[in-house]
Amino acid sequence: MALDTLDLSRLQFAMTALYHFLFVPLTLGLSVLLAIMETVYVMTGRTIWRQMTKFWGTLFGINFVVGVATGLVMEFQFGMNWSYYSLYVGDIFGAPLAIEGLMAFFLEATFVGLFFFGWDKLSKVGHLIATWCVAIGSNLSALWILVANGWMQNPVGAVFNPQTMRMEVSNFFDVVMNPVAQAKFVHTVSAGYVTASIFVLGVSAWYLLKGRNTDLAKRSMTVAASFGLAASLSVVVLGDESGYLATEHQKMKLAAIEGMWETEPAPAAFTLIGLPSQSERETHFAVRIPWALGLIATRSLDTQIPGIEELVGKAEGRIHNGIKAFDALQQIRAAGNSAAIPPAAQQTFEENGHDLGYALLLKRYVNDPRQATAEQIKQAAWDTVPSVPTLFWSFRLMVGLGFFFILFLATFFVLSARRKLDRYPLLLRLAVLVIPLPWLAAELGWVVAEVGRQPWNIEGVLPTVAGVSSLGATTVLATLVGFVTIYSVLFIIEMTLMVRAIRKGPEPDEGPEAELIPHAFAGAE
Amino acid sequence: MILHTLIDYDTLRVIWWLLLGVLLIGFALMDGFDLGTGMLLPFVAKTDIERRVVINAVGPVWEGNQVWLILGGGAIFAAWPALYAVSFSGFYLAMFAILFALILRPVGFKYRSKRESAAWRSAWDWALFIGGFVPALVMGVAVGNVLQGVPFHFNDELRIFYDGTTLFELLNPYGILAGLVSVAMLVMHGAAWLVLKTEGPVAERSRAVGSMAALVTIVLFVLGGVWLYAGINGYRITSAFVVDGPSNPLAKTVEVAPHVWFANYAAHPWMIAGPVLGLAGAALAFVLFRARSEIGALLMSSLSIFGIISTVGLSMFPIILPSTVDPRSSLTVWDSSSSHMTLFIMLIVALVFVPIVVAYTSFVYKVLWGKVDQGSIADGSGHAY
Repeated sequence: MALDTLDLSRLQFAMTALYHFLFVPLTLGLSVLLAIMETVYVMTGRTIWRQMTKFWGTLFGINFVVGVATGLVMEFQFGMNWSYYSLYVGDIFGAPLAIEGLMAFFLEATFVGLFFFGWDKLSKVGHLIATWCVAIGSNLSALWILVANGWMQNPVGAVFNPQTMRMEVSNFFDVVMNPVAQAKFVHTVSAGYVTASIFVLGVSAWYLLKGRNTDLAKRSMTVAASFGLAASLSVVVLGDESGYLATEHQKMKLAAIEGMWETEPAPAAFTLIGLPSQSERETHFAVRIPWALGLIATRSLDTQIPGIEELVGKAEGRIHNGIKAFDALQQIRAAGNSAAIPPAAQQTFEENGHDLGYALLLKRYVNDPRQATAEQIKQAAWDTVPSVPTLFWSFRLMVGLGFFFILFLATFFVLSARRKLDRYPLLLRLAVLVIPLPWLAAELGWVVAEVGRQPWNIEGVLPTVAGVSSLGATTVLATLVGFVTIYSVLFIIEMTLMVRAIRKGPEPDEGPEAELIPHAFAGAE
Repeated sequence: MILHTLIDYDTLRVIWWLLLGVLLIGFALMDGFDLGTGMLLPFVAKTDIERRVVINAVGPVWEGNQVWLILGGGAIFAAWPALYAVSFSGFYLAMFAILFALILRPVGFKYRSKRESAAWRSAWDWALFIGGFVPALVMGVAVGNVLQGVPFHFNDELRIFYDGTTLFELLNPYGILAGLVSVAMLVMHGAAWLVLKTEGPVAERSRAVGSMAALVTIVLFVLGGVWLYAGINGYRITSAFVVDGPSNPLAKTVEVAPHVWFANYAAHPWMIAGPVLGLAGAALAFVLFRARSEIGALLMSSLSIFGIISTVGLSMFPIILPSTVDPRSSLTVWDSSSSHMTLFIMLIVALVFVPIVVAYTSFVYKVLWGKVDQGSIADGSGHAY
């Protein structure tokens, strides 16, 4: 099968985003852990905490720069590969990206220099503030990026302007307060905290197994286990599913995740496991828990959750409305100035304009949606179903990992509270092996959210097929190969340096034990 | 919300055109000396310690400086979405080259000194050189092509099409000249930074290269101006246009004619200040490099960059991105901005956060003030790269 510009552009975006997202969660979580460790140092004056901050800071730095380097690509890719998208929604989508730079990334990147270079140039409290600025900056970055992403999933606060052929902001407050964005923010940031906690826990466990740096390792594990446990509960409890009833396509995503083809009477059963088949439109061998889905998703006993087939039916209706809107839009555009617009066209557009995006789904089959056959409309309606098996499995694996992390972190929390962290070598070995799993869960989370968004760039507004730039497939293939190459090389180098830094371990801290040691604090360790 | 009508749409557009300039100049001034330092690294520093001194001269600040680029991307997206969409997809391979080179930079700074191997360090030194040279060159080449016009057009749905903007077509003689202006100017700026932050042989070599680069900047910039006047057509709007109308690039007509890029200077003589500052800044930077005024040379080099970038903007106003194949598709200040409300909201955000960013950035530079300590790099104390 030959890949066209659209496939290659999607592949490139997915590859660069997934790769970038290998470095982001650790940055999010580790920056906060560094700030916590350094706070303990400043409060107790014990140099071991400074040593810990510096050691984990070194690992943070190795990870951070790749995140920065790959983040650059993300900032410009919308314009490069998704130029119609950029033009169509830049009025809304650009703002959170710009605010992210101004409010968050400047803070993070300016103070990260002081974090590494400012130990001898700042007072203890001064350096601590710099570290907190890094942590706050990176977390605020995530907020604005997810405001942008949340808007792709649930495009609130915007209207289409026929004069400019694009979406324009109508209520910026709604864009920022988008419930989908808020849910995503909490979920993503917590996932970052879990990632960093498990990383710190695993590396420390390795030191305990080797019998080196045990003081540093145990203290690090205590911080990581408690912080990670809280975060892992937050990831699952405040999962992003809470946003899945906001809109029709979010409902579609939910139905696809569940492999729920037909609407069931409330409260719907939760399909624990099964074999969904896209072509047969059925989920085979389903093992189902009665009532569970209805309770989780709607938090009620009587709210019905629509199945895929019902939602496809609705989509078909919206395509028909969209075609009316498309036709009216052509008349409005042809009229030139607003006085010449036929009132009937204006009226039709006002009534159906919100479904214009559904007409654009037909662009895959015909250039002019008004020429589409009934068959093509039916086909386009079924196109609104994302890949059910992908979502079904990614989601289950992710949630399974989420529950495992709670159990795992709770175990270490208890061990740490009982001061038995080094008693069970098998658990320590497990902790080392578990290190890659949070990354797996994070990448699966991206897949659920973004594969689940298909076939839309902006849900209900702009289909992916329409958003892509008019580039040659060879051109995109060339840059895809280029990115894959440099990212692979960087990945190997990054991993090598990370492993070397871990093997080398912390630098000895010869600095004087600081003056204030109130025993109340020191004794708590 | 009707708050945004407090400021007229056309006024907001001009403010955001100015802010576009502020962003580009901010990027060139702040990240510019990092790029210049990268280009100078293999030439002004010979030994490993010298190279580490050079890297550490920008080590603590390059991350913050690079945010100017990220912010530039985000702000163009937010305020000039059509410009964002057309330029980055039109210059697709050029953008790829810039990004590829820029990816090398953060990792280069951080990873270079993590291993002792000479081959490892030398490889990263050249990666840092590429990370400085390629973006400096290609961004200049892009500006040179913008001045000549770019072969793109919109269809009725405002979908963008290109009629050939491969990397090789961009590398036309005028594009290359503009690229070299950019390289010379950022080498001058990077050298001024190194003179300020280092001492001994590195500073001496930087001083020599910097003063040469200042002269080259003057010569190439003048050449670029003469060529622009003699051989390159400008673009101007010929239809009546509404400065506060909806952003629809197809609602006007544009003509292409010689000398048009100089028309603004005749109409508004104060605009001559742009090229004058570009030249005077570089000339004074040359003098102050020689006079061993460290801060002076950096300030004058900054002034020169300010003047040179302003010149491009002032010459083209109100055109932002001209189209060769379909001049009426050209993007202008009046028809490629975001909506009235978005421009207003983003202005408020900028007014709140830019002073905060400037304040803490100044604080960080103050904390890090002074020459890089060669001794602490040699004995491994401190936390240098």
